Amino acid sequence: MLSCGGFSYEKIIVENLKYKYPDTDQLALNDVSFEVEEGEVIGIVGQNSAGKSSLCLALTGLIPHFFNGAYGGKVLIDGIEVKTSTITDLSQKAGLVFDNPFTQMTASKYTVYDEIAFGLENIGVSREEMIERVDWSLKMMGIENIKDKNPFDLSGGQMQRVAIASVIAMRPEILVLDEPTSQLDPQASEEVFRVIQQLSQEGITIVIAEHKMEKLASFTDRILLLYEGKQIDFDTPQKVFSRDDLHDYGVVPPIFTTYCKAMGMKNKKTNTYPVTLAEVSSLLGGENNEWNKS
Amino acid sequence: MNGIKVENISFSYTEGQPVLSNIDVHFRQESTAIIGQNGAGKTTFVKLLKGLLKPATGNIYVNGMNTQEYTVAQLAKQIGLVFQNPNDQIFKHTVIEEVMFGPKNIGQSTEEARQNSLLALEKIGIVHEADKNPYDLSLSDRKLVSIASILAMKPPIIIFDEPTMGQDYLGKERLKKIMKDLRAEGVLVLSIIHDMDFVAETFERTIVMNQGKIVLDGPTREVFSHEQLIRDVYLELPHATQLGKQLGLKQTFLTVDELINFNRKKQ
Ligand SMILES: Nc1ncnc2c1ncn2[C@@H]1O[C@H](COP(=O)(O)OP(=O)(O)O)[C@@H](O)[C@H]1O
Ligand SMILES: Nc1ncnc2c1ncn2[C@@H]1O[C@H](COP(=O)(O)OP(=O)(O)O)[C@@H](O)[C@H]1O
Ligand SMILES: [Mg+2]
Ligand SMILES: [Mg+2]
Repeated sequence: MLSCGGFSYEKIIVENLKYKYPDTDQLALNDVSFEVEEGEVIGIVGQNSAGKSSLCLALTGLIPHFFNGAYGGKVLIDGIEVKTSTITDLSQKAGLVFDNPFTQMTASKYTVYDEIAFGLENIGVSREEMIERVDWSLKMMGIENIKDKNPFDLSGGQMQRVAIASVIAMRPEILVLDEPTSQLDPQASEEVFRVIQQLSQEGITIVIAEHKMEKLASFTDRILLLYEGKQIDFDTPQKVFSRDDLHDYGVVPPIFTTYCKAMGMKNKKTNTYPVTLAEVSSLLGGENNEWNKS
Repeated sequence: MNGIKVENISFSYTEGQPVLSNIDVHFRQESTAIIGQNGAGKTTFVKLLKGLLKPATGNIYVNGMNTQEYTVAQLAKQIGLVFQNPNDQIFKHTVIEEVMFGPKNIGQSTEEARQNSLLALEKIGIVHEADKNPYDLSLSDRKLVSIASILAMKPPIIIFDEPTMGQDYLGKERLKKIMKDLRAEGVLVLSIIHDMDFVAETFERTIVMNQGKIVLDGPTREVFSHEQLIRDVYLELPHATQLGKQLGLKQTFLTVDELINFNRKKQ
C-alpha cells in the first residue's frame, strides 16, 4: 500500500453502484460502495454469479459502455467518472484481464510477440519503447520462450499468461484481473501474484477476482465479499476470512484459517484467525510476535 | 474391468520437437490425477488416450481397443473426454440439446438421451439452465455443460481436463462428489488438474508429468511426500500438507480434516 506522509489518494471510488443486464430481472450489482487507495491490492470473492465479473467490467467502463442495461450510482477511476467519459480515455487508465483468455486474443496476430505489441501499436508508442515494453512483459510473465509461437497453438495456461502480458504491457495505472490464474499451474499462479505484488509496489492499483483464497490472503490488502450482487464486507483478509457466516455466502476461508478456527487458535488482540501459513507459525512460534500478545 | 494400457508412446506436433516421450503406464480402477506444469503435455496426452491424436511410436489400448486401429467415433462409447476449453465442445443452441448431442451420437434413443442429460445436469447443479443458450452462460457454467454432456453418454472411462477451472467452492464440492460416485460405480476416472487441494481430497493415485515424461506415479499421499521433487517440477504441496509440515508433523496429511482430527486426538 502506498501512502505519502499519511495522505492517501483514492484511486477508485464506487458509490451506490447498481447494474442490471438487459432482459434480466435481477440486479447483477446491487448497491456496491467502496474506495481503493493508490497502490492497494483488492481481492473480490464470492460464489459464481455473485457479481465479480460484472464489477470488473464496471471498473473498466465496459459496463455501461459496451453492455446496455440499467445503471445507477457512480464509479470514479482516478477522478474520472466512468459513465460520462469514453472507453478510449478509460482504457489509458484501467486495463482488464478477461476471465477467458480467448476473449483477449486479437486473432489477427501470428506470434505471441505481435499479440502483446498490438495494444501498444494502437496507442502509438515509439518502436523503441514498444520493444522495451513487450520484452518487459514477456519477462514478467515468464513466457519469453514462447514469444514466436502462434497464440492459438498454446496450451490454456500459456494463453492465460499471454493475456496478462498484453494488458500489463500497456502499463495501466489500474489493473483489473478477472480470475487470471484459473488455468495456471501452482507455480505460475504464484508468479502471477508476485507480479501483482511488484506492480502494486510500483504504485499500480490492483483489483483481482479470484477463487484461490490462500493466495488472496497472502497478497491482498483488503477483500471485497460479494453475494447476489450485494456487498457483504470490505475489510482485511483476516477480518473477512474470520467471519463465522462466510459459508453462507458460498465462500470458504484459506485452509489455514479453517484449521485455526477448529483448534480455537485466535489472535487475542485483533480477535481474528490466521489466514496464511506464516501467521499460523507466528501464532505458534516465538514470544515477540503480535499473535501472542494478549 | 476398465483399463487403459499405454505402451511406450511418443508424440510430437512438429518434427523434432517431442511433446511426449516414452510414456508407459497402466490405468486400472483407481481414480487418477494427472498433474504438471503448463505445457508439460497433459492435454496432448489425454487427447492421445481419447484417440484424437495417434502416437508416433508405441500403442494405446482403451478397454483392449488399440487407438491406432479404431476411429474416434468407435472409441467414443468407451471413453469420454471433457475438453479443457468448453468452447471446443459446444455446438448447439440450447443447453439440453447440447448435452443430448453426445448420447444420441453414440446410439442412445432420444428419450434415453433426454433422461440421461437431465440427470447429468441435475447432478452438476445446472438443470435450471437447460433451455438457455450455452453461449449466454458464464465460462464456468459452460464448463459444467461440457461435463454434463460427457456424463450423459455414460462411458465406462471418463477423462476431465482441468474440470475445476473457474469453479467456486460449491462447484468444486459437486465435482468431487460426482467423481467419487463415478469411481464407486466402477467408472475409470482420470483428471488433469492444477488444484492440489482438490487432488489430495479426491484422487487415489497421482501421476506427475514434466516435459512430456512421467516423473512420479503412485498413491496420492506418497506422491505428496516427495516435497523436493514436487517443487522441482514447479508444483506445490496441497495446503493441508504444507500446514502439517509447518506444525512439525512427520506424516503427510492430505486434508484439513485429517489434521484437525489428528491434533484433536492428541490434545
Ligand atoms: N452478459 C450477461 N447477460 C445477462 N446476465 C448476465 C451477463 N453476465 C452476467 N450476468 C448475470 O449477472 C449476475 C452476476 O454475474 P457475474 O458478474 O458473471 O458473476 P461472477 O463473476 O461472480 O460469477 C449473474 O446473475 C449472471 O447470470
Ligand atoms: N495444436 C498444437 N500445435 C502445436 N503445438 C501444440 C499444440 N497444442 C499444444 N502444443 C504444444 O505442446 C506442448 C504441450 O501442450 P499441452 O499438451 O497443451 O500441455 P498442458 O496441457 O500440460 O499444459 C506445449 O509446448 C504446447 O505449446
Ligand atoms: Mg466471473
Ligand atoms: Mg492442458
